[in-house]
Amino acid sequence: MLWKNTYNEFIKILAKPRSYIGLAALTLLILIILFAMKADGRMYISFVTASFEQTLSFNGNILNGNLIAFIVLQMLIVHIPLLVALVTGDLLSGEAAMGTLRMLLTKPISRSQVVYSKLIAAAAYTFILVLWMGFLALVVGRWVFGDGDLIVLNSDGLVILNYTDILWRYGLAFMVAYLALMTIATLSIAFSAFADNSIGPIVSTMAVIILFTIIGSLDVSVFDHVKPWLFTTHMASWRSFFSDPVPWSAIWESVWILLAHNILFVAVAVFKFKRKDITS
Amino acid sequence: MEQQAIIEVKGLQKSFGSFEAVKNVTFTVNKGDVFGFLGPNGAGKSTTMRCMLSLIKPNAGDIRIFGKNLFEERNAILAKVGSIVEKPDFYKYLSALKNLEIFARISGADVSQKAIYETLDFVGLLGREKDKVGGFSHGMRQRLGIAQTLLHQPELIILDEPTTGLDPQGIIEVRDLILRLKNEQNKTVILSSHQLAEIELVANRMVIINKGQTIIEGSVAELMNAQETLLHIELAQNSQGAATLIHEILPEVKIQVSSPKTLELNVEKQHIALLNSKLVQAGFEVVALEPKRKLEDFFIQMTQA
Repeated sequence: MLWKNTYNEFIKILAKPRSYIGLAALTLLILIILFAMKADGRMYISFVTASFEQTLSFNGNILNGNLIAFIVLQMLIVHIPLLVALVTGDLLSGEAAMGTLRMLLTKPISRSQVVYSKLIAAAAYTFILVLWMGFLALVVGRWVFGDGDLIVLNSDGLVILNYTDILWRYGLAFMVAYLALMTIATLSIAFSAFADNSIGPIVSTMAVIILFTIIGSLDVSVFDHVKPWLFTTHMASWRSFFSDPVPWSAIWESVWILLAHNILFVAVAVFKFKRKDITS
Repeated sequence: MEQQAIIEVKGLQKSFGSFEAVKNVTFTVNKGDVFGFLGPNGAGKSTTMRCMLSLIKPNAGDIRIFGKNLFEERNAILAKVGSIVEKPDFYKYLSALKNLEIFARISGADVSQKAIYETLDFVGLLGREKDKVGGFSHGMRQRLGIAQTLLHQPELIILDEPTTGLDPQGIIEVRDLILRLKNEQNKTVILSSHQLAEIELVANRMVIINKGQTIIEGSVAELMNAQETLLHIELAQNSQGAATLIHEILPEVKIQVSSPKTLELNVEKQHIALLNSKLVQAGFEVVALEPKRKLEDFFIQMTQA
């Protein structure tokens, strides 16, 4: 029954116009970034490299597809949670609002199976979103701007990665970014289990992200014990793959914390949904 | 022959916060019954129906369907139940066919594409199966709701207000459908409706609930016969004279002379034949003698008591 309902969930997601908003918005944003970089990218890069030009000489194709993909990831990883929550936050509460949840739950399928099937569909949708972002950023980026070494400016300074040493980093970075976005998906599903309208869980998810991000960026000691446990602290851990050497222990710590959040949010969703009176 | 109980609801209670929606509902539905579920708005009908489909968990009481505890063997029970609660809602962005396929897939039975098309034909929606439900009228959605109820050939059918929004022809079709389900397929049907005349026409047993409690339960015929009947008498002339004669025969009965040719009175059913013969013997020309007690009157009498 789980897989039958998961198949149903795919049909519903594919037929819903809002499912394509995320993909369309992502495509448009990436194309705008690619266009802007093609038109004025050299100036953008020289602004970043200016402070190093007295000590370093930059040769070759600096403005390449690898750098474009990094810029795209950096810019969009903040916005994609909204696109994910737009679909996943609606999965349970949208059905309650439409009245179809009432129809669905009079069938011989357990409530936990309903949540799991929606979770699997949400995971697939998020995966497609990340895959599409990766394709546009990396494949189209490389096609338009060519290949080359990746120059990354991080808190430790300038990191230059050889073009032969990049693809595996992107592969793993996309996997961790996917895990971070799944945390958003499971959080919005958990909110969705409490609500009977579509907009509430989406707004609540974004409110939590904003709140946690603010707490994470506040430089006050009172939050020092909390910050490492906030999932938002680990949302950008994909960037660590572009450090040299790669801080594996920090990445693993982020992965475990994000996984723990995923499990917690799914458990909350199942716990609440199993006990919920369907009055809509 | 002892009846086989399909649904046994005992001492059902459900509160939402401090509001007691259902205080004490008890009734039994037997195999093959068309069971009328009556009550005024806010009586607790929908809450009880939702409890029977495990949409709402009761605070107390017991629900047994097919002899099994609903909350222990939910999936096995629901595989044999088809239902519409309140109104059938569908995925508006999907076609009627896709909607039925979705519900068929999780119905617990192998429903073939042929069976889906046959059901669409049965409810008069064949030819509209590719249309999106968002463009359907209320009546069409109601028909589609009945179609999804019947897809997996359930033994028990629970219909909450199935004729709401239907035109007179649609109401007759649903009534015929319910009678066919009972007579041809021996299905058990629970039917709640505000169309009390509909219940009277199709149900053989009924329960009336009010303020969250069972008021009365039993055979429709027996319950109706046990009550006084509003008798409308039409004469060729002299209704006042007839009223005087009736008062001599049944002095406790209150008679209302509504026109020179008509009068109305509340009598027990067994007295109607006696009155008719006495009036004829006394020379009154009886044009019509019409018992007017209907389920509506009984319902109002029960719920206002």
